[in-house]
Amino acid sequence: MSDQSSAPRATGTYRVKRGLAEMLKGGVIMDVVTPEQAKIAEDSGATAVMALERVPADIRKDGGVARMSDPEMIEGIKAAVTIPVMAKVRIGHFVEAQILQALGVDYIDESEVLTPADETHHIDKFGFAVPFVCGATNLGEALRRISEGACMIRSKGEAGTGNVVEAVRHLRNIIGDMRKITQADSAELFQWAKQLQAPLPLVQEIAETGWLPVPMFCAGGIATPADAALAMQLGAEAVFVGSGIFKSDEPARRARAIVEATTHFRDADILAKVSRGLGAPMTGIGMDEINQRYAERGW
Amino acid sequence: MEPVVGVLALQGAFAAHERALAQVGVATRQVRLPEHLHGLAALVMPGGESTTMSNLLTSSGLFDELKGRLIDGLPVFGTCAGMILLASEVLDGRPDQRSFGVIDIAVRRNGYGRQIDSFETDLAVVGEAEPFHAVFIRAPKMERCGDGVEVLAEHDGVPVLARQGSVTVASFHPELTDDARLHGMFVRHHGIIQ
Repeated sequence: MSDQSSAPRATGTYRVKRGLAEMLKGGVIMDVVTPEQAKIAEDSGATAVMALERVPADIRKDGGVARMSDPEMIEGIKAAVTIPVMAKVRIGHFVEAQILQALGVDYIDESEVLTPADETHHIDKFGFAVPFVCGATNLGEALRRISEGACMIRSKGEAGTGNVVEAVRHLRNIIGDMRKITQADSAELFQWAKQLQAPLPLVQEIAETGWLPVPMFCAGGIATPADAALAMQLGAEAVFVGSGIFKSDEPARRARAIVEATTHFRDADILAKVSRGLGAPMTGIGMDEINQRYAERGW
Repeated sequence: MEPVVGVLALQGAFAAHERALAQVGVATRQVRLPEHLHGLAALVMPGGESTTMSNLLTSSGLFDELKGRLIDGLPVFGTCAGMILLASEVLDGRPDQRSFGVIDIAVRRNGYGRQIDSFETDLAVVGEAEPFHAVFIRAPKMERCGDGVEVLAEHDGVPVLARQGSVTVASFHPELTDDARLHGMFVRHHGIIQ
């Protein structure tokens, strides 16, 4: 080998931040509230865990203001597993994000599940070395988050409901509009940018590539292996499961089954096999029974 | 018949590897089940989470089947998590984590640190005139290379690209840039394309 010194390292770059999202593709990211749950998630094949104090179903039940988790709790989960650890901050709460970056979490979720701290502005995510994921209900929202520096988009769905209907709506919104944009001529792209309230260069990029410039995962309401495979067949590149695992009867078995279903999402024989005998899923709630739609938070 | 290179598609950056292989003119197939190994000329094992892949290799029945093919000399290129799965010794892994043990190296999981320490840099690669831009994501570190292992690139004195017989491994992600030279090097070295 040559004896010349190695080139310097560049950390916190866009490519490095986006790179981790690439590594999480085809996997399941699980919400956990204790180190024990984090271990169960890792044992079951989760690609990452989301450390939080209460799963969305409980935030919904308890009410009140939901904030960033206690650093002690996040550190306990970091110590328990070897896979990446994510944590949530309130929309616009850049100081919570500074704290999570100082703690060395691997990904920050600027999340509508927590109570928003700013009703106008999201965090300037380019200012951070740690990557961010943000939720979106439609393509315009996704592109606005990307223009603020998000390195991963997740369709929002409706967290804490165990009901996949909103996740499906949001995935179809985002992917359907991307399909239409690939058919648009160059003049129509200006109108698309205006209508979506999104930067023109990002719209032009979609016209060329047919996809977002960052990976898109699905969240909010996935409770069964079939739900996960549905999201993947609709075009999601990985799934987040929140309340769906640890609010079910047999979390470890269900977690493992959802991991299998996400990998083999087009293989109905395997889906049938892994869906058997999992015990009761979380009960779930209908959209007409909830009084707060988290998906409406964020702008 | 046109040679086909498999890409292990249980989880991780397999789509990016398929793009890179297409760029060098090679047909690819996603591998999720033992029957997908049939007739492959080579295999790429992508980055992702090695613990997740280890579980899925066992449950899919791929582990034993693939181990046999690797021992028989199927050319394989493992990047990041893929490298961990090929290594003879894994440090800081989970006790139940399974590896194929077909290259004589010791690898420390997350040896370069957490995501905040992930980095990109230029590497001098043996046989390549121009430097290769490499992306390291929560990368595993090669802490020992056996005598039979040829080091093809190193960074700060640590091997990051190495080969032993049919097995090539990288700590970094050659699939995350538009530069497909290392994929080209792999398939040409094993005579899959000229």
